[in-house]
Amino acid sequence: MSKGFGWRVSLIVLFLLLSFLYMVPTLVGTLPSWWKGWLPADKIHLGLDLQGGSHLVMEVDTVKAVEGSLDLIATDLEDTLTAQNLRYKRIARVAPDKVQLTLYDKGTADTVQAQVKKKYPEMELLPPFDEGGFVNIQLRMNEKVAKDRQDKAVAQALETIRNRIDQFGVSEPVIAREGLSNIVVQLPGIKDPKRAIELIGKTARLEFKLVDENINAAAATPGTVPEDEEILVEKRVDQTTGAVSEIPLVVKRKAMITGDLLTDAQVRIDSQFNQPYVAIEFNSTGARLFDQVTAANVGKRFAIVLDNTVYSAPVIRERISGGSAQISGSFTEKEAADLAIVLRAGSLPAPVKIIQNVTVGPSLGQDSINKGLMAGMVGVLLVVIFMAIYYKMSGLVANMGMVLNIIFLMGALAALGATLTLPGIAAIVLLVGMSVDSNVLIFERIREELRLGKTPSASIDAGYDKAFLTIMDSHVTTLITAAVLFQFGTGPVKGFAVSLSLGIIINLFTSLVATKVVFDFVLTRFRVRKLSL
Amino acid sequence: MEIIGKTNIDFIGKRNIAFVISGIMALVGIVAMIQIARGAANMGIDFSGGTAIQLKFAQPLHIDQARAALAKHNLKEANLQDIKEGNKLLVKVGRTSLETGKAADTIEDVFKKEFPTNTFVVESSTEIGPSIGDKLRKDTLVAIAISLLGIIIYIAWRFDLKFGVGATLATLHDVLAMFAVFFVLGKEFNLLFITAALTIAGYSLTDTVVVFDRIRENLHKDLKGSMLNIFNKSINEVLSRTIVTSLTTFLASVALFLFGGEVIHDFAFALVVGVVVATYSSIFVASPIVALWEEKAAKAKA
Repeated sequence: MSKGFGWRVSLIVLFLLLSFLYMVPTLVGTLPSWWKGWLPADKIHLGLDLQGGSHLVMEVDTVKAVEGSLDLIATDLEDTLTAQNLRYKRIARVAPDKVQLTLYDKGTADTVQAQVKKKYPEMELLPPFDEGGFVNIQLRMNEKVAKDRQDKAVAQALETIRNRIDQFGVSEPVIAREGLSNIVVQLPGIKDPKRAIELIGKTARLEFKLVDENINAAAATPGTVPEDEEILVEKRVDQTTGAVSEIPLVVKRKAMITGDLLTDAQVRIDSQFNQPYVAIEFNSTGARLFDQVTAANVGKRFAIVLDNTVYSAPVIRERISGGSAQISGSFTEKEAADLAIVLRAGSLPAPVKIIQNVTVGPSLGQDSINKGLMAGMVGVLLVVIFMAIYYKMSGLVANMGMVLNIIFLMGALAALGATLTLPGIAAIVLLVGMSVDSNVLIFERIREELRLGKTPSASIDAGYDKAFLTIMDSHVTTLITAAVLFQFGTGPVKGFAVSLSLGIIINLFTSLVATKVVFDFVLTRFRVRKLSL
Repeated sequence: MEIIGKTNIDFIGKRNIAFVISGIMALVGIVAMIQIARGAANMGIDFSGGTAIQLKFAQPLHIDQARAALAKHNLKEANLQDIKEGNKLLVKVGRTSLETGKAADTIEDVFKKEFPTNTFVVESSTEIGPSIGDKLRKDTLVAIAISLLGIIIYIAWRFDLKFGVGATLATLHDVLAMFAVFFVLGKEFNLLFITAALTIAGYSLTDTVVVFDRIRENLHKDLKGSMLNIFNKSINEVLSRTIVTSLTTFLASVALFLFGGEVIHDFAFALVVGVVVATYSSIFVASPIVALWEEKAAKAKA
């Protein structure tokens, strides 16, 4: 036996055992209970293109997030000044990064300026200026603070989206941040992608706003309503015909209560009309506010607004204490359930836009798997037959190396928790052809050596030795491009790169070590006079 | 068994014919790249942005009927593609027509309205916003540049500059030829095509390295013979392995092309083309370039 023979055989057997061990969870439907715990239990992950599902990339509108936080500052300043009886004409955001306070006199301006400085130390206070007899103070959010806000908004959006997906119930979702403002969401095996996307993408800003009944909403235009009011639309769906009617309402711009004061939201069914509605619970602040507002506005209408659309605008019949309310509207049970989820999970700090949506249905995924397997089997068959005819027994040794290559590769994919995609399957099929290449190079070398009159054993050794560098070179060059593809590719392409690079590395072992072991074994056991090549 | 016995073909002598063929292919490839840059080629939506939706109908639906139906609903610019097997239809809409997120729904509605009796399921739908496409285009260019650079550096290190340049030109030639074939056939340039092109870029070197290794070996052995003869002899010596290695990979990619299904049909086609071109270029492009260069250098020395 040549040196190191035992070592090489044990290494091959060890790799084979490990590969099978890692492949068991994929091959066996349900694992026996004794298996779990200390043996690998992860299946080979299938990419979304194979198992079906949605891959979404969402962009958080970070500009809106900054504007939103400035709007909050403006509202907060209004409340503070009102509480201290400091008179102001107007406080509002005037630019994407500025809030302006318009005050009546210099004295108030000085007091306000000091207060603002203390309250919002991170904001930049621009020098006051006079305009039309008023004193203006501007607050600017500098870029560093704005960046910080944007960053927080994306992080918060990610958490909210994760919450919603968890409550919606998707197994093994992937929710990750990508770059500055993008969020990647993967929902494997999702059955109703449209509903899920709607649920995830909803800003879900819940507001309670008072309706101004003094203005005829049907005739109102944005120019004619007072500055502190706006026109919103209520959508009503006729239960029998399905026709949608839009009813305009004029409401106060300022929300009396917002969704962040909620503690719970649940779907209930109205026993009288058999209509679903969403029951909401406020926290103590919310409950107190709700109590105050309803007490002060009995007889008026209260619009329940979600993302600037009115769900319903019931009349306040009496003071409501206790902190619970209900949102009814014309929605189906599914819609009500989704509304409850978004209300529980909270609103997004800024609107999100879906910039990429790749959805593959489960039937196409299964079809791809079947076709990939078919192509693989045909590829293996063609290559095996060709090698057996062209190189006879030695060709069979190369074929064995190729089969080992595939087994090791599947084991490695399972062990590393890599994801198999359709291009990944294609890479494996391609590898079937490429993996025998090394042996072709070796065999041709051996033939040359045999022609020189060397013994089979010497020819084989020389063949393996001399072909080694060529094989190395060809593997490294393929590996370079595979590595680049891995670095830059996403999803399916990454799967291709993973399968290809792992396969190429493993091929070095199978074609150089594993096939050599067979030759060494045969040559030492049997008196080989003529190589079957 | 042997397909090719001992041969003595004057490969380098046929270089002028080869250079004309390769020159034309490379030129078409460059034209294709310019058209891609101008946005005039058939771009996949992963680069251009837009919507693609694949529908599987219960009954056969003629592509002209589908086109007429879409045109009726202001989706004239939709690009339709028939998939022979199983009444499938692929509808592509560029980025201009509708905002992201709406196009797929609109297309579905059109088919529901126009063909109420022919039910369908959505097998896949892809919507890509313009910002993603732009980023991907940039990333792809960087990926191609880094791959080629990596290959040049490796080959230049393993051999010498002349071989490095020869190998790189051959690789570039293969990639250009793949672009040319896809461009002439009007096939779609998408991310999978780029993946195939980069894979072939790596693979194409396998054949080139086999030939170069032998040339180098023979150059060391035989210092007196004419440069062109040594090159010719080397190519002839390794001809059978160049062809057999390509053949096995060719067989595997043909299996993918024929049986792999519609999703990777074009990808497999690109691989088939690439394998063939890569084999040709290692003999007819890479070696003659180095041969001529070496001979010039030898003459200059003498």
